[in-house]
Amino acid sequence: MGRTLARKVWDAHVVRRADNEPDLLYIDLHLVHEVTSPQAFEALRLAGRPVRRPDLTIATEDHNVPTVDTLLPIADPVSAAQVEALRKNCADFGVRLHPMNDPGQGIVHVVGPQLGLTQPGMTIVCGDSHTSTHGAFGALAFGIGTSQVEHVLATQTLPQRPPRTMAVTVEGALPAGVTAKDLILAIIARIGTGGGQGYVIEYRGEAVRSLSMEGRMTVCNMSIEAGARAGMIAPDEVTFAHLRGRPHAPAGAAWDEAVAYWRTLATDDDATFDREVVIDAAELSPFVTWGTNPGQGAPLAARVPDPAGYADPALRASAERALAYMALTPGTPLRDIAVDTVFIGSCTNGRIEDLRAAAEVLRGRRVADGVRVLVVPGSMVVKADAEAEGLDEVFRAAGAQWRSAGCSMCLGMNPDTLRPGERSASTSNRNFEGRQGPGGRTHLVSPAVAAATAVTGRLTTPADL
Amino acid sequence: MEAFTTHTGRAVPLRRSDVDTDQIIPSEWLKRIERTGFGAGLFSEWRADPAFVLNSPAHAGATILLAGPDFGTGSSREHAVWALQDYGFKAVISARFADIFRGNALGNGLLAVTLPAATVEALTSQVEADPGVEITVDLAAREVRAPGLVAAFDIDDFTRWRLLEGLDDVGLTLRHQDAVAAFEATRPGWLPTTVPATAGVSEKH
Repeated sequence: MGRTLARKVWDAHVVRRADNEPDLLYIDLHLVHEVTSPQAFEALRLAGRPVRRPDLTIATEDHNVPTVDTLLPIADPVSAAQVEALRKNCADFGVRLHPMNDPGQGIVHVVGPQLGLTQPGMTIVCGDSHTSTHGAFGALAFGIGTSQVEHVLATQTLPQRPPRTMAVTVEGALPAGVTAKDLILAIIARIGTGGGQGYVIEYRGEAVRSLSMEGRMTVCNMSIEAGARAGMIAPDEVTFAHLRGRPHAPAGAAWDEAVAYWRTLATDDDATFDREVVIDAAELSPFVTWGTNPGQGAPLAARVPDPAGYADPALRASAERALAYMALTPGTPLRDIAVDTVFIGSCTNGRIEDLRAAAEVLRGRRVADGVRVLVVPGSMVVKADAEAEGLDEVFRAAGAQWRSAGCSMCLGMNPDTLRPGERSASTSNRNFEGRQGPGGRTHLVSPAVAAATAVTGRLTTPADL
Repeated sequence: MEAFTTHTGRAVPLRRSDVDTDQIIPSEWLKRIERTGFGAGLFSEWRADPAFVLNSPAHAGATILLAGPDFGTGSSREHAVWALQDYGFKAVISARFADIFRGNALGNGLLAVTLPAATVEALTSQVEADPGVEITVDLAAREVRAPGLVAAFDIDDFTRWRLLEGLDDVGLTLRHQDAVAAFEATRPGWLPTTVPATAGVSEKH
């Protein structure tokens, strides 16, 4: 009986298996940031325990950090104290840290792959639900809570039950103008926010294979939005080419040995999944959310749905509540929705390819009057790369703000927030009530749609321009 | 962790699906580095509305949350569990929980009880009709009981034992340090460490 990719990675990391107990799983890489780690370090300190493997642990400052005036002290004293706590914890426990203004700083899920620390077949965890991003390399990567952060710091393991597996196969080629973001938004709309609950999703099929690593990361990143803790894509030549030469990738004979192993990870032909979903790529088009959870999305060419059309009373009530919060009327064409703010960035869409896609649309164009556009690179390396290509000039010339790296307006823990009642087109991952600031209204879109929307001030695809 | 055996208390009916952890505890609260004091932030945006069910005097002092399906979606923030516990909740009952939230809850001794949607609806209707109704969540018997209703729930033996004993995972795992060390000895040498790369190696972007 063949095994799935997820199962192979799982089996290779079982430290201990006993009847009626969860498997004890070894963790190859632990990513740490300032928000979900202070209580974990404090617990270690109280118990007098060290970090077992600081050499498999790396930290960065991302959630709280300002994206302007980064050389000044952080103005918010609570944010400053949290960042300071991370610095002290990393110093005390010997953990490598990329602090603000360090050239290696950035969003934790951009930093890992950028350094080549994210590799196929690894187990990777972080106190952040978007850890699923790293599954794009064929790693088993999932978000954990702070108690589990403590557990991994202390033991480099986690007790876990094997997940069920789901195949999401996207057949055919993506039509022109349809991006990885549109694909994952469409998948979430299809299976629902709880559809992946209890599963690891493996994305397969021609459309997935044809994605770049950046696109694959966008897809795996939002697996959690469908309820799946992890999403994975089997490693292939695209993966290897992306990894080769990065600072922490194997080199020389070790590279060949690693690639030979990575090639064995793909799901066997005779393996079975607990659930299978098939998507026809040809039916996809640019996608946007209209509601307050990532499953409430529709093609941009569609209209705001009428809640009365939902047979399920829970879905109907949820849609009614969402439309009231979003101040939208059923039947309104999505293209007629005007926004105040456009946010381009986040661990979903803050990599260099995302910035290129947005810049391509904005080149030679102007941001609509009254629209605020924030472009926030996912890391300082992405920022430097973009500047080397002149993308920062394209954004500035169009009237957008070019910022430093961080999570920024994805969750509004730093000063980059929506004001009550403001509406954004955002390349981030969550359109929850108040996610980008209390009372803020979020429409999730791809970088290309975000840029086109910036030009017209209404939800727009590049093809509409 | 405090042991959980059985709990009896009144309940709050929260008739909403997809209650994400950003609603349970907004991100503004995540800047704190303490583990306590999050109760004031629980559902803080929704509590600003006087009509929100948690503000109803009839439900004051309730210790069980009856929630719609897909409770605890989104962010991995354990602060959501700390907020519910700090506010006074001992158990949450829903037809479906997000995985990370459920793990965080059970790791902290907040019982996340999954029951069929129809059973959650029956309990919710009962509590809406009479806020004084008491519900018992019996972990030892794996049962939820309310007047005229007994519903069995699933929880694996290991998690149940850990909760009944009030044991924390770190202490349990540290008993197996030899197995961890033995595993480490078998890891391939090419796996990466986070030790900074040798000076002079250029960073590929």
